[in-house]
Amino acid sequence: MPIIEVEHLSKTYLTDDVETPVLHDLSFTIEEGEFVAIMGPSGSGKSTLLHILGFLDEEAMKGTYKFDGKKMDDYYEDEIARIRNNEMGFVFQAFNLLARTSVYDNVMLPLIYSGNPEKKWHEMAMEAIKDVKMEHRLDYFTNQISGGEKQRVAIARALVNRPKVIFADEPTGNLDSKSGQQVMEIFQHLNEKHGHTIILITHETSVAECAKRIIRIQDGRISSDRKVANRHNSHDGVKK
Amino acid sequence: MHIRHILKTSISGLRAHKGRSLLTILGIVIGIMSIIMVMALGQGAQELILDQIRGMGSRTLSVEPGGMPRGIADFAEVFTESLKDREVEAIKNKSNVRGNNEIAPFVYFNDTISYGNEKMRTMIEGADQLWTNIMNIQLDQGVMFTDGDVKQMGRVAVIGSNVKTELFGGSDAIGQRIKIKNINVKVIGVFPPTGAKMMMNIDDIVIMPYTTVQKVLMGISHYQAILVQAETEDLVPAVAQDIKLTLRELHNITDPDKDDFHVGTMEDAMKIIGSVTSALTLLLVAVAAISLLVGGIGIMNIMLVSVTERTREIGLRKALGATRDNIIVQFLLESVILTIIGGIFGILAGAGFSWLIGLGIRVLGGFASWKFFFPLSAVFLGVGVSGAVGLVFGLYPAQQAAKKSPIEALRYE
Repeated sequence: MPIIEVEHLSKTYLTDDVETPVLHDLSFTIEEGEFVAIMGPSGSGKSTLLHILGFLDEEAMKGTYKFDGKKMDDYYEDEIARIRNNEMGFVFQAFNLLARTSVYDNVMLPLIYSGNPEKKWHEMAMEAIKDVKMEHRLDYFTNQISGGEKQRVAIARALVNRPKVIFADEPTGNLDSKSGQQVMEIFQHLNEKHGHTIILITHETSVAECAKRIIRIQDGRISSDRKVANRHNSHDGVKK
Repeated sequence: MHIRHILKTSISGLRAHKGRSLLTILGIVIGIMSIIMVMALGQGAQELILDQIRGMGSRTLSVEPGGMPRGIADFAEVFTESLKDREVEAIKNKSNVRGNNEIAPFVYFNDTISYGNEKMRTMIEGADQLWTNIMNIQLDQGVMFTDGDVKQMGRVAVIGSNVKTELFGGSDAIGQRIKIKNINVKVIGVFPPTGAKMMMNIDDIVIMPYTTVQKVLMGISHYQAILVQAETEDLVPAVAQDIKLTLRELHNITDPDKDDFHVGTMEDAMKIIGSVTSALTLLLVAVAAISLLVGGIGIMNIMLVSVTERTREIGLRKALGATRDNIIVQFLLESVILTIIGGIFGILAGAGFSWLIGLGIRVLGGFASWKFFFPLSAVFLGVGVSGAVGLVFGLYPAQQAAKKSPIEALRYE
């Protein structure tokens, strides 16, 4: 069963009575275990799409979006919170870590809101931190580590509840190429070894080609949707 | 939901802005402090006054003209002339009122008295020789007038310590003649500095035989009160009842509501004083509560600023799975923690200041019997009220926080 089903999805922003169409009649499905890159120039609507897929945008839209077989409109508010917590993980371009808070506590954050028994929290957090190789910075505050390290902590935080899908919004956008490469290695590893579904936004071809499938968006419409023929191995580096 | 972790989150949120948090709780500290102080001082004042009444002796009853005052307008009935010698005799009669009671008629007026060129406005009271017993006062110099002085309308007076100082300064007063209403009155005794007793300042008083004051100075035939000291404390209710029945019969009154006199016991007086001081305390508490309200609005203001400032954090928490309730609880806890800390400091400061003021009243004010009261209920009230203020004024900012949509919040710069 597909984890994500989008049918005839359209979205229009209304600012001061001026309608700005952003997404036009999108339809696609994503199966569990896929690694999809959504590409497109700035203003193409790719971020809006990701926010809708990730239940972050709660405003009205046309068409249907089913997550895990159930329409978005059919979820109660607290269920949406639980899904954001348990079934989805988010990685942002600007990291969005809590300042003046340790790496460990940042990774713990989703656990506080989860239904997992408290005695398992430490183990779960440590496992996620090991997955991104940040064990050596546990007690560092997030303003004391580099950009690449911040993004790895953010990935650990997204991972900690072992969600089905990880959404990443330009995760390498603020990073140098070496850090970007490390981040992409982690995503590939998570997808291949742990089976996480990964949906990632980028406008860098070398990043997009680390995925297995690329959906291109232009002016709010899907311009192409294809499998990656020559999959880029992130070990070979990602170009800026 | 893991309340302990949300609590931890709230505390770290507050610690991130220590200075601002401290300033915010100042309003609550002052509000709770003033409430505690008003309560403690109000109770202290009440006990002080009641203590003075108790000093009068709980055996004393006072028969006064006019019905029991039920409102301000009824106080005009004080001018009723329903108590005269006939009533005094009837009350003295043992077949009417049981027990070996002491009966002392009582009159008073305010006037200017003089000695040479020295003048002073004061209260002249007419009583009998038993007055010193009832008031429980010893003379400093000279003697009290006697039963003979009362019978013969002796022109003699015993004066309070202030009166003595005002008129005579350092020189001897005994045997000197002062002028009251152009009549020469001989000073035969002086009271020691005593302060207030039964709401009269003994130091500013002139006491003379009631017959002299009534007939010679005031030219009236009625009394403003008849003081009765019952033989024993247990007899007080029975004596009060006997007096009522006697006077009603004497005045042909069948309906007690139409009494042209009333009998007050010390117990009644204490009840009245108690309710008056309680009402005053309540009024002052209400005024103090306004400062608490202002403090509460301060909390709301700061919490709203904090919510706006932390829009991104709120968006992030929602994106990571915080429910609306999680966010509300987090921000409510922040404001409640603030106000309860403020409440605790307010209680401590209120207790400290009331103790200091009590010390001042004892040492500088001369009220040695002032006691420091700190009701335990004030502690619960202080913590409870400050917590409630936090809840009430924190709710709106917390709801504002919880309403934020995650993506709007994450986009916020």
